[in-house]
Amino acid sequence: MPSRRRALLLLAALAALALASLVAALLAGSYAVAPGAVWGALTGAGQDTAGAVVSGLRLPRALAAFACGGLLALAGALMQVLLRNPLADPYVLGISGGAAVGALLAMLAGLALAWINLLAFAGAFAAMLLVFGLARGDGSWTQTRLLLTGVIVAAGCSAVVALILSVAPEHQLRSMLFWLMGDLSHAGTPWPALLVLALGLAAALPLSRDLNLLARGDLIARTLGVQVRGLRGAVYVLASLLTAVAVTTAGSVGFVGLVVPHLVRLAVGNDQRVLLPAATLAGGSLLVIADTLARTVVAPQQLPVGVLTALLGVPVFLYLLSRQTKGSAT
Amino acid sequence: MNSLLTVRGLAVAVGGRTVVRALDLELGAGERLAILGRNGAGKTTLLHTLAGLRPPAAGHIDLCGAELAQTPPRLVAQLRGVLLQQQVDAFPASVLETALIGRHPWLKRWAWESAADARIARAALAAVDLAGFAARDVQTLSGGERQRLAIATLLTQQPRLALLDEPLSHLDLNHQIAALQLLSRTAQETGTALVMVMHDPGLAARYCDRALLVHGDGRVESGSAAAMLTAERLSALYQHPLRMVEADGQRCFLPL
Repeated sequence: MPSRRRALLLLAALAALALASLVAALLAGSYAVAPGAVWGALTGAGQDTAGAVVSGLRLPRALAAFACGGLLALAGALMQVLLRNPLADPYVLGISGGAAVGALLAMLAGLALAWINLLAFAGAFAAMLLVFGLARGDGSWTQTRLLLTGVIVAAGCSAVVALILSVAPEHQLRSMLFWLMGDLSHAGTPWPALLVLALGLAAALPLSRDLNLLARGDLIARTLGVQVRGLRGAVYVLASLLTAVAVTTAGSVGFVGLVVPHLVRLAVGNDQRVLLPAATLAGGSLLVIADTLARTVVAPQQLPVGVLTALLGVPVFLYLLSRQTKGSAT
Repeated sequence: MNSLLTVRGLAVAVGGRTVVRALDLELGAGERLAILGRNGAGKTTLLHTLAGLRPPAAGHIDLCGAELAQTPPRLVAQLRGVLLQQQVDAFPASVLETALIGRHPWLKRWAWESAADARIARAALAAVDLAGFAARDVQTLSGGERQRLAIATLLTQQPRLALLDEPLSHLDLNHQIAALQLLSRTAQETGTALVMVMHDPGLAARYCDRALLVHGDGRVESGSAAAMLTAERLSALYQHPLRMVEADGQRCFLPL
């Protein structure tokens, strides 16, 4: 158990990292902007091209990246506690699959961006209700039943996604694939996602010591006075909503929700009072950095940010997995 | 004597089968009750019912004078502690952190474990012979070490009624005796009442004042340990002939 002081120091360091990543995102890009001009644009002094690039393009996109990364990492940490499985991620219960079906249907129908977002959110919400209803069916509401139901719903969604891709006209395929891989170039205004992130964290933090017990098992949590049924329902709904907002903003960006809580756990332990805010800051920073790379490494061409997070995430995850199997074998 | 646990007309059913019928029980401060019975007779189910983890099929359970089902969970957790049969750790955590979860019911929502809480936990770890283990990861502990940590967590919780499901499982011989002595000392010094599911009638006779025999078909017998733990009753309970041997004033039961 880290002491409260150590926890605050660590969170301050991560907040500084988040700030640094945002500054880097504002500075980097094919249009060179001097640091002084960035400051001018943020304070509203400069009304030139540099100001427009920084405050009109880079700032909203960087903030959207931070919000999505934070949402996914927080949702992942919550899902890992809910399913008592360190390998769970925000998408394991089919939320992103439902969002993908909604978004791709909207694209297939040639609808505007607002409709794509709306249908993506509706799809995520529908998947959440479906899994919730089916998993609660017999009242047992166990981790295994929840996980199995989610995995099956996710499989169903990916079948529908494959169907849409196979009938979609060729000129739509590229934007569909970008959505599926996660892409921030059409993120739009970042404020709703940031607001949801702040509210989500504010809702999760008071529960964090209860979550510590939930991570140790339903029964032991109940013996220590945690009202497990209500808590698990609340965590499920919260994690699902956070995920839905993230995928609505940026498509299904992979691996942030899986790897970030995992890495943070390695560094600070599994105390949710520290883990939840730390994972939020680290996830946000990671996605800001990844997105900055995505729009600069092969500029003027842009990569979908999900490809970069996956390229960073897969080796890290495999390394963690091999470490874990070695640990349990000895 | 003030009753910590009062049970009236309790029935416990699992999977449509009534395993305990019409149980009356009263347990006061410092009393030690052993629950014995065959595998699958319903000992754990009964213990979970007494702990408020599952509803009874019929009857009433009062914890410290108040109806258990109506008592807020946090208050219940301050009054009674449970040692579960199995400890499964899905995530890494230090031994000290794990003992400290026993303080959860005593902490306010935003409070962190204080130095006093850590002292209680460290004393409990020392009492179960885990003093040097505070920083170890629970996932690296042996079965017996993990079991002693679970006992330390229960002691850290400082309940007035402790319900223990097979507290001796995974423990080697000397730690079995050490654990029972520690629990008995706690009962004597703090007035904690103990309810222990046990498999060794000899140890039950030595460390418990009372015994409850669960036959599995709804019949239960309860009384003083001396009256309950006899070769005749235990042979009927386990449906296997047993012989009682007395040595140095201690009862031992040998399966024939």
